[in-house]
Amino acid sequence: MPAPPPIEKIRVKVDGRELEVPRLMADWSGRLMPTTMIQACELAKVDVPHYCYHPKLPIAGNCRMCLVEFGTPALGPDRKPILNPDGTAKIVKSPRPAIACATPVSPGMEIYTNTPGVKQMREGVLEFLLINHPLDCPICDQAGECKLQEYSADYGQSASRFVEPKVHKPKAVDLGPRLVLDDERCILCTRCIRFTKDIVGDDALGIVNRGSYNTLTAYPGRVFDNNYTLNTVDICPVGALTSKDFRFQMRVWFLKETKSVCTSCATGCNIIIGSRAEKIYRYTPRENAAVNGPWMCDYGRLNYRWIGRVDRLEDVLVRGRTTTWTAALNDIADGLKKAPPGSVAVIASARQTNEELWLLKKLADRCGALTDVIGRFGDGDKLLLNTDRNPNKTGARLIGICQTSAGIKLMPIAELIRAGKIKTLLVFGEDVTKHGIGVDLLGKLDTLIVSDILPNETTKQAHYLLPGCTHAEKRGTFTNTKGRVQKFMQAVEPPGEARPEWDFLHDVVYNVTGQDGFLTIEGLFNEMAKDVPAFNGLTWAGLGDTGVTVKI
Amino acid sequence: MPQEYKLILRQTDEPGYTPDLECYLRHGGYESLKKALALQPRTLPDGKSQTPQQFIRQEVMTSGLRGRGGAGFSCGLKWSFVDRKSGKPIYLICNADESEPGTFKDRQIIYKDPHQLIEGMIISCFANDVHLAYIYIRGEMPDGAKLLNRCLQEARAKHFLGKNILGSGYDLEIYVHRGAGAYICGEETGLIESLEGKRPYPRIKPPYFPAVLGLWMCPTIVNNVETLCNVKHIVAMGGAEFAKLGTPNNTGTRIVSLSGHVKKPGYYEIEVGRVTIGELIHDPAFGGGLRPGRSLKAVIPGGSSAKVFKAGEKFNLKGKEVAMLDLPYDFDSLIQAGSMSGSSAIIVLDDSTDIVEALANIAEFYAHESCGQCTPCREGSLWMSKALHRLSHGEGRAQDADYLLKIADNIPGGRTICAFGEACAWPVQSFVAKFKDEFVAKGAADEARRAKEHSLPAAPRLLAAAQH
Repeated sequence: MPAPPPIEKIRVKVDGRELEVPRLMADWSGRLMPTTMIQACELAKVDVPHYCYHPKLPIAGNCRMCLVEFGTPALGPDRKPILNPDGTAKIVKSPRPAIACATPVSPGMEIYTNTPGVKQMREGVLEFLLINHPLDCPICDQAGECKLQEYSADYGQSASRFVEPKVHKPKAVDLGPRLVLDDERCILCTRCIRFTKDIVGDDALGIVNRGSYNTLTAYPGRVFDNNYTLNTVDICPVGALTSKDFRFQMRVWFLKETKSVCTSCATGCNIIIGSRAEKIYRYTPRENAAVNGPWMCDYGRLNYRWIGRVDRLEDVLVRGRTTTWTAALNDIADGLKKAPPGSVAVIASARQTNEELWLLKKLADRCGALTDVIGRFGDGDKLLLNTDRNPNKTGARLIGICQTSAGIKLMPIAELIRAGKIKTLLVFGEDVTKHGIGVDLLGKLDTLIVSDILPNETTKQAHYLLPGCTHAEKRGTFTNTKGRVQKFMQAVEPPGEARPEWDFLHDVVYNVTGQDGFLTIEGLFNEMAKDVPAFNGLTWAGLGDTGVTVKI
Repeated sequence: MPQEYKLILRQTDEPGYTPDLECYLRHGGYESLKKALALQPRTLPDGKSQTPQQFIRQEVMTSGLRGRGGAGFSCGLKWSFVDRKSGKPIYLICNADESEPGTFKDRQIIYKDPHQLIEGMIISCFANDVHLAYIYIRGEMPDGAKLLNRCLQEARAKHFLGKNILGSGYDLEIYVHRGAGAYICGEETGLIESLEGKRPYPRIKPPYFPAVLGLWMCPTIVNNVETLCNVKHIVAMGGAEFAKLGTPNNTGTRIVSLSGHVKKPGYYEIEVGRVTIGELIHDPAFGGGLRPGRSLKAVIPGGSSAKVFKAGEKFNLKGKEVAMLDLPYDFDSLIQAGSMSGSSAIIVLDDSTDIVEALANIAEFYAHESCGQCTPCREGSLWMSKALHRLSHGEGRAQDADYLLKIADNIPGGRTICAFGEACAWPVQSFVAKFKDEFVAKGAADEARRAKEHSLPAAPRLLAAAQH
């Protein structure tokens, strides 16, 4: 495909500094449109305060916080620029300001964001926004990540001159099953309305009443319950929309933020895990243009409570007795070393990381073992939610643990166990009793090695039970459905004796195969990247925060 | 002697004149349409050819016709901005959402001579290759909507509308759409949103200039009722002849709505700029003067959003000092005097007026009608109204005059999406600036009274509110 023609550059000035900006830039939907002032200011690294503007939403232009002053080159009757005596273009300052979010730049334009006039306009807008806004930051859940609070520090006044009674509106409105609305805090920026209408395609929200009495609401008889509602909490610049799951649980400034990836489907939305004192409080989406943009679905966002469940597996158990990792792993390695080819099978999980699956693959190759993972499916949608509910089936396939159709070897493995040919079974993170390998079959095995994080029928039958880690408790990479290899970081410590699977698998593989050289996750990933053709050329460092797409 | 010049209202006030088609036809109705449709392509002196449509547009440009809705923008220029190369249909909308307080001119046409409007619309549509047009009529005029629908039906029956109009091959349909009663629907992009079935939140410009991205994102012309009627007369008499009416750059006639403290309030059609404000108020042909024993206090010259003139004010017009009452009633002089002719509605206030009450009344209207889309107007309009309500109900402060000015100064001048920001701020800015002593005196009197009553500097309610 021929490369698209390069986009012409134009010269503009932002606060006196000249720079080149592309004539066209991607708008919220990715379409190339004339570059706006706010985009030019961003390229100039000049911050323009705003509430309603969001780079991934249609432009509304209603908050008026981004008003700037500007000038354009004066043109003579011949339509040619008039020059100053020093040869520079004469600039005519516009008598009216413009909203930076919606006004396109033109060649030679000068944008002024720090004049007394602009400052006064920002102060005016901020005062207007605050007069009817409750000044209840101490009890507002948005405090700490509130644009009204932040800009008040820059453009607010220490005392209010407003002496009239405030407008009162509905409080604690049950807008939908997952969020609460405080209409008095709403600054009517319409970000949530535009998000659900134009991004999700669910035209559920709107504004009723006039003037200062404007009130955000769901359409009568409608419940705001699509699978993306909680994104409105993220983009709400104030404390109007709050998440029922998170509100009043933790002050946001106490949260440690860890870059991670959502594991609820094969899309692999980039997230930030907010945690404090080894407890996870929330997931929020982390922008990645190649995967999820700035959004994530409610299903994935709220799917974290299992990580902190009290019945997590915490002990290393050998035939029901507590033991040490060293003893158990040595025992396992000895057994595997002696196992005749064809007598071992591995049922891994497509929820495991690339590194873990690769270690299991090495082990399986050494033992001549059959391997597979278990498929997991649900309803998908056009936006983010994938029908494949495993975060790493693509990785499992690229590494060679499974075929395109996951789970097709489960029946053969079951048959071989029944026939007494498979004597040793390794199960990682799956309850095989629900997938055709029942307790009766597990009972026929000489050795059942199970690693999991929560108890189930399979873990009950395990001869060796190894407590593993959730993605939040370790580092690693997943390969999403489109081949994006993305890394995630450790947010919290694992419970009890639990250890990251890659960590103890490394010990087993070392003991069984004698290979070494990957004591850290970085080294392990780089080693794997050399070995797995699809990952050739990748490095842990090279993945960056947003990952790299490989050919699948 | 100043007198009325009736162009639009030439027949409407004749005894026995009725709004039906037969009456209109008896008075030469639809002859201009026939003339327009019969036009042939011409070859200009420079060898270029000109279509009949281009010819009519040229005539409108030549006529100097300026929009009668409020902004006074050149109609010919507005039509010239229409994107005719987009391949999308072009729409025309008649703005019949007459809502500016003090204004009652468009309804005279709609109720008394609706076919004149329809004829003007058909010609304007023909000139702009429009095949679908709307009359957006104010919700509070249900009878007008009914009447227009009946007249459209009559016009269809006589083939002035519909397919192949009068055998010319030109097709046009016009629909009447009723508003639901909101002032902001008179703002052209708010009107378009409303017509599309949405909340009438005015659109941001750029990018949504109606001439390019209007109704359904298609090129759209929005013209006032009176403006469209003028097009009929321009076609009838020719643009150059029309331009001889009125004064240079302020051509044609205007229907002035005169209200307030005059003996003969009503509507008067005048040649633009040929009659002064003073004549409109005092001349027996117009307002007939103030009530006995009263003196003039103020004049709001262009609908309630126009900046007020104080009696006795003098202005510098092109180096010449002109007294307020001697201002010719036109577009340009009033702008030079710091106000506007707006919707050509003059509200006369005599010395019986409590100026604070008057402004409180106006501010309440704008607070109620602000759509609430953008911050300065949404918050500022109600804030000013609340302050004025307080000031006019015995809860004032001497500092309220400055307080009001500071609020008002943060609203207009391009800070808002549409001109409503100006509409709500200009009255406050001008009333308070020009009658500041009255505002201060009223607030100071309230403070003195409260101090006497409570031995307190301010009412407890105020203090409580201030501690929010």
